[in-house]
Amino acid sequence: MTTPTARARERRAAWILLTPFLLTTAVFVAYPLYRSITLALSQTYGVGAETFVGTLNFRSALTDPVFWIAIRNTAVFTLGSLLVQLPIALGLAMLLNRPGLRGRAFYRLIIFMPQLVGLVFAAIIGSVFFAKQTGIINQILNTMIGLSLDFAWLEQHIPATLILIALWLYVGFNMIYFLAALQAVDRSLVEAALVDGAGPVARFINVIVPAIRPVLTFVVLLSFIGSMQLFELPYILLNNGPGPQNGGLTIVMYLYQQGFETGNLGMASAVGWMLGIALMGAAAIQIHLARREARDQ
Amino acid sequence: MTNGSTRPSPDMNAKPSLIARGWPHLILLPVCAVLMMPIAWLIIAAFKTNADFFATLFFPVDANGVLDLGRLTTASFGRLFGRESFHRAFFNSVFLSSALAAIGTLGAAAGGYALARLRFHGSTPVTILVLGLLVIPPPLLLAPTYELMHNLGLLDNYLAVILPGLAPAFAVFLFRQSTMQSVPKELIEASRIDGLGEIGIFANVALPLLRPMIGAMMLVMFLGMWNNFIGPQVFLHSPEKMPLAVAVANLKGTYYTEYGLQMAATLLAVAPVLILFLLLQRDFVSGLASGAVKG
Repeated sequence: MTTPTARARERRAAWILLTPFLLTTAVFVAYPLYRSITLALSQTYGVGAETFVGTLNFRSALTDPVFWIAIRNTAVFTLGSLLVQLPIALGLAMLLNRPGLRGRAFYRLIIFMPQLVGLVFAAIIGSVFFAKQTGIINQILNTMIGLSLDFAWLEQHIPATLILIALWLYVGFNMIYFLAALQAVDRSLVEAALVDGAGPVARFINVIVPAIRPVLTFVVLLSFIGSMQLFELPYILLNNGPGPQNGGLTIVMYLYQQGFETGNLGMASAVGWMLGIALMGAAAIQIHLARREARDQ
Repeated sequence: MTNGSTRPSPDMNAKPSLIARGWPHLILLPVCAVLMMPIAWLIIAAFKTNADFFATLFFPVDANGVLDLGRLTTASFGRLFGRESFHRAFFNSVFLSSALAAIGTLGAAAGGYALARLRFHGSTPVTILVLGLLVIPPPLLLAPTYELMHNLGLLDNYLAVILPGLAPAFAVFLFRQSTMQSVPKELIEASRIDGLGEIGIFANVALPLLRPMIGAMMLVMFLGMWNNFIGPQVFLHSPEKMPLAVAVANLKGTYYTEYGLQMAATLLAVAPVLILFLLLQRDFVSGLASGAVKG
């Protein structure tokens, strides 16, 4: 029997330490990923009963007007969330990054906190907050700007409601990333621009944005991926369903309905793949941009 | 926009005017007030009677419209604690979240350390695998995983909720980054010369140095499971096995007119997470941001 060399010991230790990750990945990611392809190409009725149908699931989803409602709602939410949330998060991060600001740690803590409430509990609070007549939002807006107490957030203005709740939840999360990026910006660059007489807008566009662009694209990608998978927030906000006229139906809610209310696992997998391809495409664009960035520098 | 030139520079001793220093607070303080308002409202609402619930926005008032804190009551909490199912949901959440956070963080730390510091064939392919896994959206795996759990006989078993979450790729990746930053190669070499085994070096040398990231990841995984709705909803069936996220959402459906009860349950579900965060927040925020910028 030979004693293993130090190198062999190191190699063996690496595989031992990686075992939990590799095992979990093989059983609960790799296999389901493979199975999601075969399922997506099958007609299923619950577990066990399936026939191969080619691209039928994809075609029937894409010809289902309800699926298009889900796509539209998800797109509106994603776009609205990005456009409303990220500028506010960046603005707050820039305020917190001002030199000599007092109470920075306190502000950072408070702005971050709502995220801990989580989608499920935020939805429960939201359903009371945004209610007609009695809801605190309508009460306050009625007093302040005379908005009708009957303004139907949870019926006719669901995307706006979802964007506002998501703003409350995640603006601090995004702000933390922006703040970390801003703190890493070389002060001397900003000082130099100041000496050159660049105004605040010019400094922002020519110095700050290029310096934080890698984090900016990363945060856009993260928000995009998260928003596209929206499910719990509308589902619980609208009493375990898509809301009136499917106004709160999202792509993942459609997937959930197909897979676990109708029992059509094939259709759920096909919808999952369409979503997956969209998200992987977005990630590929981000990686491409990051590479080009690295090359240009 | 002419006040740009009054912006204070850290190297200069000239004291900027009170307005130049103070105006960010004029924005930040109202923003914080708005962000905290729902949480403050929730805390008060949980102690209000159903009769008072909609009568005032915040604190209850008596018949003359005067603030009356005596009308606040713990009755809703009493009713919740009187319900066996609520206790159980609470402990289910604590159990699932702690188990996943503890085991998952350790598994991810081991994998991340191996990728960052051990030399072996396969290091590069496994790192690429980790990065590749990051782009798979979890909903894509929902239907095939349901079928898998059914075939393994694990439906309605806690293992169905915990197992897929062990050693997630994002955590392995963050531990890899954090090991490269905070576990020096020289220290590992020195420990080998001292005769420590490879696993011993990971456990006794690397893990203590990774403490901030361990704190951050445990909290992230705890939170992820605490707020996980779709997993328990799909893989568990028995009401007595459901965690708070599902149980409180169901309570909202069953007792939809009893707002005090709903808000007391929501407060009890949210409070432990807020308290845990306040205790660990230093590690959490710094750990979260470090992975983002260096990655």
